[in-house]
Amino acid sequence: MNDMRLVERQVDDREIKIAAKDVQVFYGTTHAIRDVNIDIKDRMVTAFIGPSGCGKSTFLRCLNRMNDTIDAARVHGSITLDGQDIYDPQIDPVQLRARVGMVFQKPNPFPKSIYDNVAYGPRIHGLSRSKADLDEIVESSLRRAAIWNEVKDRLHAPGTGLSGGQQQRLCIARAVATQPEVLLMDEPCSALDPIATAQVEELIDELRSQFSVVIVTHSMQQAARVSQRTAFFHLGNLVEYGETGQIFTNPQDPRTESYISGRIG
Amino acid sequence: MTDETAGRVPRSDNAMAMDARVRRRRAAESRFRAYGLIACLIGVAALVTLLATVLTNGIGAYRQAFVTLEVALPADRLDPDGTGTRESMQKVSTFGYGPLIAEAVERTLADRGVVIEGATPEDAAGLISREAPAQLRNYVLNNPEVLDQTVEFNFLAGGRIDGYLKGRVTMESAQRDSNVTPEQLQIADVLQEEGILSLRFNPGFITQPDASDQRPEAAGLGVAILGSLYMMLIVLVLALPIGVAASIYLEEFAPRSRWTDIIEVNISNLAAVPSIVFGILGLAIFINFAGLPQSAPIVGGLVLTLMTLPTIIIATRASLRAVPPSIRDAALGVGASRMQAVFHHVLPLAAPGILTGTIIGIAQALGETAPLLLIGMVAFVRGYPSAPPGGLFDPASALPVQVYNWTQRSDPAFVERASGAIIALLVVLITLNALAVILRRRFERRW
Repeated sequence: MNDMRLVERQVDDREIKIAAKDVQVFYGTTHAIRDVNIDIKDRMVTAFIGPSGCGKSTFLRCLNRMNDTIDAARVHGSITLDGQDIYDPQIDPVQLRARVGMVFQKPNPFPKSIYDNVAYGPRIHGLSRSKADLDEIVESSLRRAAIWNEVKDRLHAPGTGLSGGQQQRLCIARAVATQPEVLLMDEPCSALDPIATAQVEELIDELRSQFSVVIVTHSMQQAARVSQRTAFFHLGNLVEYGETGQIFTNPQDPRTESYISGRIG
Repeated sequence: MTDETAGRVPRSDNAMAMDARVRRRRAAESRFRAYGLIACLIGVAALVTLLATVLTNGIGAYRQAFVTLEVALPADRLDPDGTGTRESMQKVSTFGYGPLIAEAVERTLADRGVVIEGATPEDAAGLISREAPAQLRNYVLNNPEVLDQTVEFNFLAGGRIDGYLKGRVTMESAQRDSNVTPEQLQIADVLQEEGILSLRFNPGFITQPDASDQRPEAAGLGVAILGSLYMMLIVLVLALPIGVAASIYLEEFAPRSRWTDIIEVNISNLAAVPSIVFGILGLAIFINFAGLPQSAPIVGGLVLTLMTLPTIIIATRASLRAVPPSIRDAALGVGASRMQAVFHHVLPLAAPGILTGTIIGIAQALGETAPLLLIGMVAFVRGYPSAPPGGLFDPASALPVQVYNWTQRSDPAFVERASGAIIALLVVLITLNALAVILRRRFERRW
């Protein structure tokens, strides 16, 4: 996965998982996101790229309503998950976040054991009937996050004692354990070294067989390596959205081209 | 950049060179270090002086002059009905016991052939504390089987005799003192040589209630310690849950609005209100309006709760804020509700800080005097409050108020007792602070 592989991408017509229409986000009086329309497809990695402060993380946080935790943030427009408006007053954001999991920029394991970190989500959502059930979920989650072999002998050691890359994969395991349908990743590799980054990227590629993955990244190479579709944000606008290969080789918008070629950002 | 350097002072190329600027910088640094060191030394010196003064003045209160006497307890004088029942024996007041002790002193002196010129039997009996008959009466009432026996009993010596043994009273001062004569001091000398009169550890200082102005030797901290303990219980039970709940709400749930800003500012203001104002508030609201009894630990506890709340709220909010937001994000990200995020993750991480803040708040409340004066805790209380919860409404004193009270008394023996009480207070405070440090070290987690 280390080469800039721009070929053999199967961009077929999968069904749309998340659809955003005319999304506006305000922080107080600042208009942070303007008129974003985007369809995120199922079982595919979608990358959001753009210079710092362009609103890509803000938009990502709209998709599981993490912006609700910021008092000053207001979201307009409609975002649907499987056709259901997630900003509908009937929707419980807590339930939504169980369906749309999130991995953050900095690895943030709970200061608890590795086991408890992964088991926390299933526990609060009542996904397991017995201890054996829970053990099973923890093991399969850790396996899916490709960290099982490293931690299977010390499941009860603190999660904070792992290395940065391991912590991030533990966080992915934790997010996977609640059986989400979409996995949002906010610059998951920015705090990791190249080897850990490669492991996480490999993992992302495996995860796309089960989930729709949306990844925000600063690194264009990373976007090119892991994603099938790429969205370029600039100054709060969604400038261009399309197949990754096309964005990187034949951008339609001059701003995208400038960014890709390193002239802005 | 290059064209800007034209007007600059040329930089010395030699890194080893000590030019004037480097020298000035180094001098400034060493001067600042010296100031810091001096400031630390002043602080340490003040602390050492304080502790040394309190310890030298107060340690004597834990040792007291006792006179060991063989005292006869004839049944016909102590049990007028001859039934041996408590009711019958209670008819004999302390006046009935006084002569028994006087006789015991006289007999002891006679047995040893002690003759002091000019000393009357009253002088000899005056060596013993005025509290002694009550001591003896309580003993007999609790142990009726000793009737008609002669028992060995340790009586408190009078305050001046105690002072003589500790060097506070001398022959010269005794001549000017109407409470003690030089002859009595001579008797004391003899008794001390005989081993009858000696300084011993005095547990009564911790357990006994306060005593009147004439009996400094009998005064103890028992009621004050109980009163302080009851108040701290009330403070802990009320201030901790209220304070933590208020902080969690303000920090984690409350929307940022004008109202929460006003509440926040006022909580900070509350922390700066002089404590005596809380006393007036307690007097007006809890005693005059709500009709709670005066001098009672319940009122003191309520007033101190009001005083401690801001401390606990500020400490709790600070420790909640110190929990990294990434932990909240992590919990919310896996679909925990806000309350689950707070109670499962944030609160356990903030617990050491909350605990420390609470202990420091309680230590502060323990040492508070001014508000308690206003609600009548300064009263002279002889009876122990009963067990809680009923005892919370009984009159009691408090440790710092007891110190204040004793420093107001005229007898110099009370100076020693006040310092002794300060030692007791300091021991409790240091224990609490040490506990706070230990808990913090023990439970502090890194993330």
